[in-house]
Amino acid sequence: MANPYYDAADLRKFGKITEWSEELGTKFFDYYGKVFEEGALSAREKSLIALAVAHVVKCPYCIDAYTKDGLEKGITKEEMMEAVHAGAAIESGATLVHGVQMMNKYNKLSM
Amino acid sequence: MATKSLKARQDELAVTNKQLEILNGGIFAAGELPFFKDKIANIGKFPLQPKKLEILQINVGYMCNQVCEHCHVDAGPDRKEIMTRETMSQCLDIIRNTGANTLDLTGGAPEMNPDFRWFVEEAAKAGIQDFIVRSNLTIIRANKKYYDLPEFFKKHNVHVISSMPHYTRGKTDKQRGDGVFDKSIKALQELNAVGYGLPDSNLRLDLVYNPSGAYLPGDQMALEKDFKKALVEDFGIQFHNLFAITNLPIARFLDYLIASENYEDYMYALVDAYNPAAVENVMCTNTISISWDGWLYDCDFNQMLDLKVASKIKHIKDYNEELLNDRNIIISQHCYGCTAGAGSSCQGVVAP
Repeated sequence: MANPYYDAADLRKFGKITEWSEELGTKFFDYYGKVFEEGALSAREKSLIALAVAHVVKCPYCIDAYTKDGLEKGITKEEMMEAVHAGAAIESGATLVHGVQMMNKYNKLSM
Repeated sequence: MATKSLKARQDELAVTNKQLEILNGGIFAAGELPFFKDKIANIGKFPLQPKKLEILQINVGYMCNQVCEHCHVDAGPDRKEIMTRETMSQCLDIIRNTGANTLDLTGGAPEMNPDFRWFVEEAAKAGIQDFIVRSNLTIIRANKKYYDLPEFFKKHNVHVISSMPHYTRGKTDKQRGDGVFDKSIKALQELNAVGYGLPDSNLRLDLVYNPSGAYLPGDQMALEKDFKKALVEDFGIQFHNLFAITNLPIARFLDYLIASENYEDYMYALVDAYNPAAVENVMCTNTISISWDGWLYDCDFNQMLDLKVASKIKHIKDYNEELLNDRNIIISQHCYGCTAGAGSSCQGVVAP
């Protein structure tokens, strides 16, 4: 069925959110732009963080955008995949560390 | 990896009219994206006109030892278009009398022209301030007869500008062919050995970076920093500047964009990144491009699209710099490639 919730072409229209709330939209894009400038972290490092987070929040737009951004910045596919693993490791770790809660509850309820 | 030019493959894109049809049609004709002409008209830049002539760029032939996937010249070993000594002599007359301060030899691999060395020796005598040869690096290692090129360049104080798509082997070889990375590294080391590219050296060695795919180049300064760090750490190689150049949607790069279904997205990316400030210094406003057979063009890209200058003076045999400079520059949608982001020219960004 060709009626997807996510349309890759919608990414290009992201800027249009400003049309329905100019003040908040503009503030957001100003902030967003500032975040990714060279700072204490390089723009290259921030691009890899963004790519990892894009996978963790499972945002297809962000994955497209930051894969392309990485290519533009000369980031290699090995670096990109390691960043994705870093995100995935934290995400799976976040799940697994709840195993302690399960163990605590199990022990409390068990005689 | 292609081993033949589009021309040798008799690909329909080898016909320049077909390329222009694509660039003028599709999403532009449908009104989805604005024509370049309308975009620059908004800032009062249409028709686009030259400023002072600074760069004479001479293409001495389309023959090359490589068949790079992105090549806008569609160059390769099977291309037989080579500048003759007679045409070179006509070029020398122009070089001796031009007001331009930069002479830029390109190709193909310019070194493969049998009269290349004679031409460089003669042209160097004219004493042009900046004498550039665009070398693909691997030519220096391609055959024994080219091994002494670093010394030859040094003798004539040639400014060497070389392509290097990435500082890793994988990315370089994917774009330019197997073994290109190792040969390029060796060639750069040899250029360093005779003094090219060293921090205080007058022997200029710059690198050209262009993306290996359907995306735009990132920040030139940041890329230069990454290239410098990696090349010096891994191979002890030094160079002066990195020029980040955007791939223009013509010839083999256009063929790739269409075949990989990236054409529309790429054109959107170019138009979205349009920077009016880059229009001011776009290279066709200070450059004349001369083809192997002596025709005159606004730039090397227009040369490949066979869009000769819109002037009474169309060929070097009638060359008159003053008359030639009074013309309108021919544009189409490929021009968005030179105005995207920080802009792009054969000398890198134009609106940093």
